[in-house]
Amino acid sequence: MQNPPDAERAYAALLNQLQAERISHYRLVGIHSGGVWIAERLQKDLGLPGPIGELDISFYRDDYDQIGLHAEIKPTAIGFDVEGASILLVDDVLYTGRTIRGALNVLFDYGRPARVDFATLVDRLGRQLPIEARWVGTRIDLPKDEGLVLTRDADGPTGERFAFSVEPFVSVKISS
Amino acid sequence: MHNPQLNKNGELQHLLSIDGLNAAIVRHILDTASRFVGVSDRDVKKVPLLRGKSVFNLFFENSTRTRTTFEIAATRLSADVINLNIGASSTSKGESLLDTIDNLAAMHADMFVVRHAQSGAPYLIAKHVDHLHGPHVHVINAGDGRHAHPTQGLLDVYTIRHYKKDFTNLTVAIVGDILHSRVARSDIHALQILGVPEIRVIGPHTLLPSGLEQMGVRVFQDMAEGLKGVDVIMMLRLQSERMKGALLPSAQEFFKSYGLTPEKLSLAKPDAIVMHPGPMNRGIEIDSSVADGNQSVILPQVTFGIAIRMAVMSILAGN
Repeated sequence: MQNPPDAERAYAALLNQLQAERISHYRLVGIHSGGVWIAERLQKDLGLPGPIGELDISFYRDDYDQIGLHAEIKPTAIGFDVEGASILLVDDVLYTGRTIRGALNVLFDYGRPARVDFATLVDRLGRQLPIEARWVGTRIDLPKDEGLVLTRDADGPTGERFAFSVEPFVSVKISS
Repeated sequence: MHNPQLNKNGELQHLLSIDGLNAAIVRHILDTASRFVGVSDRDVKKVPLLRGKSVFNLFFENSTRTRTTFEIAATRLSADVINLNIGASSTSKGESLLDTIDNLAAMHADMFVVRHAQSGAPYLIAKHVDHLHGPHVHVINAGDGRHAHPTQGLLDVYTIRHYKKDFTNLTVAIVGDILHSRVARSDIHALQILGVPEIRVIGPHTLLPSGLEQMGVRVFQDMAEGLKGVDVIMMLRLQSERMKGALLPSAQEFFKSYGLTPEKLSLAKPDAIVMHPGPMNRGIEIDSSVADGNQSVILPQVTFGIAIRMAVMSILAGN
């Protein structure tokens, strides 16, 4: 298996780009799980207004008919008014674009935002929809049967740290 | 042992009874339901999971609340819902149950929600659709005879978990007409699967089925004794038609012995919750001041019932 990208270096690159932008009025929305961690850290590092929103797209996936409902569905909570807000959507990996399509649908069921931008730690080749990130930490190409998994060490010696591992793609189902 | 509710991968294909489900499946349903609770608070109270699917409500026995909450659950999942008033349709013209099912399946039904006065009718339908229509058709038991009412059992344990968090230190009392109650049976199974250490059933001798102790519950005929120190009181509806037979002297007598009054409620723990599956008979099994009191969680039960039915439908349709 290929070496995973350096998540800390990708985060630093992403933060660097965002610091150069005029986004102080943006509200952050992370996609579970990795996107929420990144959004939380960006909020601190950029000093953006809180609370951040968090999304789980399980109820909006286009492959529900094939895979059903996953074992654990995380909460969706948006503690601010989406109507008229400028939103920075954040995820750890952009791949096919299908997750982002689902996330946009969730957002619009909460209201009509003024605008939505998208930032990702990793842009992985293999898009199946016309969706791109405005800000990207790093780019990578991986075989189809491999997935990137983000982990977070919340209290490492140098503060919060992200790391990627490369793992085989699996779908989780609950049965007896 | 073959479990007709599960597919060959051990996943839920139909929901017919809580008996025979494992804790992982029950918890998955409860966890999924908790994520659906928030959907009802949004601008758009719908998610697209069951878009394009058809859910047929087949109520061979009357029900308002259960049928309505299934209908709301299905529409919040974006399914198309067809309510059949069976009493006024083909079965009264002599069509057999399975012929009705075949005709509806030919109209591309994806899910049947079935209530029937005969215990086992949903099993018969599930077996039939498995055999004839394949794994994409799912059956949910919305109450069959005296046998089971699994979504009621699930919404009851969801409600208990919401207020009490942990099952493993609870004492739960189920009170009233146990004999005729499919709700009591489903509740007992659900509570046992989730590890409730003490389940008590309280009722008059004539309304307690024989062999109850073998289900692993403690039986009380004295309500005051049975309610001592309980965390949860689950009242059951006393069906008025039972009064006509020899089972009970009168509604007043029943209320005196087994109606939940503030005095009897005070014997339970101070933070005990009071539940009722509805519809309630005020002044027969429950006093109005208790039903409307601050320990009552009867209306939250109804709200959680929608989320539970959304969870069951979306898990079944995805398997």
